[in-house]
Formats: sequence, C-alpha cells, structure tokens
Amino acid sequence: MSTIVFVEHANGAAKRASLEALGAAKTLGGDVVAVLFGDGAQDAAGSLDCTKALTVDMGSWSPDQAAATLAEAIKANGGTAFLAAGTGAGRDVAPRVAALCDTALHTDCTELTAGEVTRPILAGKLIAKIAPGGSVLCATLRRNCFEPTGAGSAAVEALAAVGDAKATCTGIEAKAGGKLDVAEAPVVVSGGRGLKEAEHFGLLEDLAAAFGNAAVGASRAVVDLGWRPHGEQVGQTGKTVSPQLYIAVAISGAIQHLAGMKTSKTIVAINKDADAPIFKVADYGIVGDAFEVVPALTEAIKAVRAEG
Amino acid sequence: MKIVACVKRVPTTDLKPQVGGDGKSLDPSGIQYEVSFYDERAVEEAVQQKEKHGGDVTVLTLGSASGTKEIRSCLAKGADDAICLVDEDWGSRDSLSTAKALAAKIKDLGADLVLTGRVATDRDNAAVGPMIATLLGYACVTDVVELSIDGTSGTAKRESEAGIETYSFSLPAVITCQKDLNEPRHAGMKGIMAAKKKPLAEEAHAAPDNTSTVNSLAMPPERPEGRIIGEGPDAIPALIDALRNEAKAL
Repeated sequence: MSTIVFVEHANGAAKRASLEALGAAKTLGGDVVAVLFGDGAQDAAGSLDCTKALTVDMGSWSPDQAAATLAEAIKANGGTAFLAAGTGAGRDVAPRVAALCDTALHTDCTELTAGEVTRPILAGKLIAKIAPGGSVLCATLRRNCFEPTGAGSAAVEALAAVGDAKATCTGIEAKAGGKLDVAEAPVVVSGGRGLKEAEHFGLLEDLAAAFGNAAVGASRAVVDLGWRPHGEQVGQTGKTVSPQLYIAVAISGAIQHLAGMKTSKTIVAINKDADAPIFKVADYGIVGDAFEVVPALTEAIKAVRAEG
Repeated sequence: MKIVACVKRVPTTDLKPQVGGDGKSLDPSGIQYEVSFYDERAVEEAVQQKEKHGGDVTVLTLGSASGTKEIRSCLAKGADDAICLVDEDWGSRDSLSTAKALAAKIKDLGADLVLTGRVATDRDNAAVGPMIATLLGYACVTDVVELSIDGTSGTAKRESEAGIETYSFSLPAVITCQKDLNEPRHAGMKGIMAAKKKPLAEEAHAAPDNTSTVNSLAMPPERPEGRIIGEGPDAIPALIDALRNEAKAL
C-alpha cells in the first residue's frame, strides 16, 4: 500500500497545499511517495516528511508529461492512492492521472479514508460520500481541510520524465504584487454590490492589507458588473473557499454565494440590511454602513497587529 | 475544422437541492435545468472559432432524452448539429465513465478541436475534459481565458493562482473554458427558428460502468447560530473582542 503525491514547490520549498496533501496521504497509512517537477525540486524534496521523494527534470512544464510520469510512479511504487492539492496545477494534472489509472477522479475532497471520500457537490449545497472503487484512489484536496506535514528527511531519488509533451507552458505572467489567491488566503475580505462603485473596493483592499494575509473576494454581481476580476469571485460560478476568517461586506448572500463560503471557519457579515440572508450564516454580524464600519475595522485590525 | 462542444445539462444555480428518498441521489422534483454555465462558453467559443476558421460545430452531450430543450438552445446560438448519447442514468455517471462515452463519440466524429466547460456546476469535478484528452491522446489546456488557433496548432492562456500561463499545443486538442474566455451570445428569434430545423440525433448508448459508487448524499451541517454584535462602527471593539477571545481568529 502506498500513496503517490504530486508536490508543488516554489523558491525551494513545498507549497502549503501540497504539505496538506502529504498530511492526508499519511493518514491513509503505508508509504508516502512525493513527486516533484522542475527547477528547485531537489531543494524542496529533502526536507519533506514522507518515505521517498522523486524529483523529475523537465524542460518546459507540460501537464501531459507530468501526468504520464506520475502514472509511471504510481505503477512503479505499487500505488494504491494518488493525491494532489486542489490548486490550478493539481486540478489540471489529476484528471489525466486518473484516466491513465483507469479510474474516476474525486475533486476537492474534504475528508478521506481508503474506502470513502467526502466532497461537496453543487458548490457545497450538498455533501457526497463516495466509495472510490478501482485499484487506485485518485483525489484532489480542498485547502485548509488536512493537517500539513512538518519537516522531515525524505530519501531523494531522480525519476525520468516519460510521455509526450502535447501542450507546453511557454510563459507565466505573474499576478501583480504577489497577491494571495482568494482560494488559498487564510483571511478573505469580500465585497458585494452594496459597495456601489468599483472604486470603493479600495476600502476592502485597505482592510486586506491591514490583515497582511488576506485576499479580496467578490460576489458574482460585482464581477458581472466588471468591478472585479472573475478570479476573485466566490460562489457557485466562481471559487469555493474555506478560510479561517471570511468577512462579507455589503453582500446580501444569494444561495450561490453562501454555497461558496459557508465552510469558512469564522464568518463576519457587515450589511445595512438587518434581514440580509448573509446574517443567517454569519457568526458575527454588524448592521451598518460599510463606508463607516470598514474603515473603523481596518484601524482596529491595524492596532491589533501593532500589538503583535 | 471539425469542432465539438461538449455540454452538460445541470440544475439551475439557484436550486435549493433536496436529497432523494434513497439518500444517495438528488430529488429531481421541481428542478429546473440549464446548460452548465461554463459549457455555454464552450459553445460560444466553438461558434466563434468556426466563424474565424470555417468548419462545423457539433454539440455533444450525455444525458436524458428529455434534456433536448437545453441542447436545442445551443443550436440556436450557432452550432450546426447536436448528438445526445441517451443515458437515463446520466446523473449517476462518474467522471471516467462519462469521459469514456464522450471520447468514443469524439473519435468517431474525428474532431480537431473539442471545447467544454472548465467544470460542470452540479458535480464540480472538472475532470471530464482532460480525461477525454488523455483517453484520446489529444493535447489539453484547462481553465482557458484566451484561445487562438492557427492552422494545426494553437496557443491558449490559462488562469491559475500563479497568474496567466501561456501554452502552445497542436491539434487535435481539448480546451476547457473559463468564464473570461468570451461572453455567450443571445440566441435571437432567427437563431431559435433556425435551430428547429437543425439535426439533433438521439443515439442509444450504453455508458461504460462507473468505478465509484455514491454511498450517501446529505445536506451540509448547519452552522451554529451566530449573533448580531451591534450597529455601526461602535460595534467594532465588541467584534474584535469576539474574534480574538471566542473565535480565536486573530
């Protein structure tokens, strides 16, 4: 019994989402084999807490080649499970690996045992428990649902890439200012149409900056109005998020939005309308004008942070 | 160019779902359906690529024979014909079973370009597109926000947490469509009239077996009742206190 994990890394260290996948793999029992691709893989591999870390030299990133190589690693190591983080790369590669292993994929799992996976469907309106079947359990994991592994000393081996590169990445235009993605930030500050103008999202940018580890999110209404990019949209036709703290500002709380953020650990709602549905899912509500409440909250968070 | 747009008929996103009597499936009563949000972008992109490069667009779905109204709406927006692989168990097909069924038909059709949504808004698996590509040995770029085809090759921009990634690939290829790729057109009366005369084939079909089985389907646990802390900026100190000492969120 062994679990193969696709581990992503940056600047010589594994990404937290991948450490969570290693943590989930550990709970399945048996060997845990990490596979890392590209430049810097060597640096990140040795300090992983798993049985073995395989590093793969690759020219340009190719999801086909990565998938073929992962499938090869699964075969060579008698893999009974394959896990990847629910990141852009994980969600891109995992279905291909599952197809190569002739099994279904279970996306965005929140709980996992060898015999059953738990995952939200309809953007979290329902929770499905599924017996994976097949000889290899293939799953991607929702972030903030599994304990990440700490530091370890994995045995590092090289693995040769296999398969054709049918599509290759020729360049990445990085996000401005290294902004956190709304799906991975520990704190999300989201705004809705009640903010009245695109420019007023500056208030939320300020609040997010005061936290230091926050991303700005948006309701579908304001994305459709063109005030914010789709990448920030939280809800059924955007992203599903589970941060430690979710602050909904001037969002009434349509069912599609609630589905996308309801599993956040703590929810704060700020809204003028005391009857807004968002208050039904919020742990703490403030009834009031966002233009007065948000700047006061920003100052208070700054003060908290200054205390250290 | 032979273009195939794979679409799925899904419950409308305003659905408040109920679990069926078996505890494993969605209660179908009262559900309104639509073409999945991202699949609408796939149809639009298929029609736009046809307008640029010529060829024809086939809409392909695996689903119930009663779902043809939604498929007809794709024909009204410019697709040339449609094929429904009739499978009354479509709702319980897992990602691999669905991908195998669609891949076999796509191979028969000899598609150069396959477009589908980034994810279906019911099962949220985001798996069928790249699975089809893998089964057929086609190139695949997922979550695409910009696509350009030039002869037998193409470039696509993909959105991820890292930013915008550019991929180059050769046809045949599967592209999964992100929201920003395009804005789907409205059908218009002319399109709706024309769609009535376009071929929509219902093909009997036995989908390959599922590898997985749903054990149960349930409503998510209710959140514990929250409270209104207060009104206006005066409530901020109480909020900070609650976040710090109760929720331990600061």
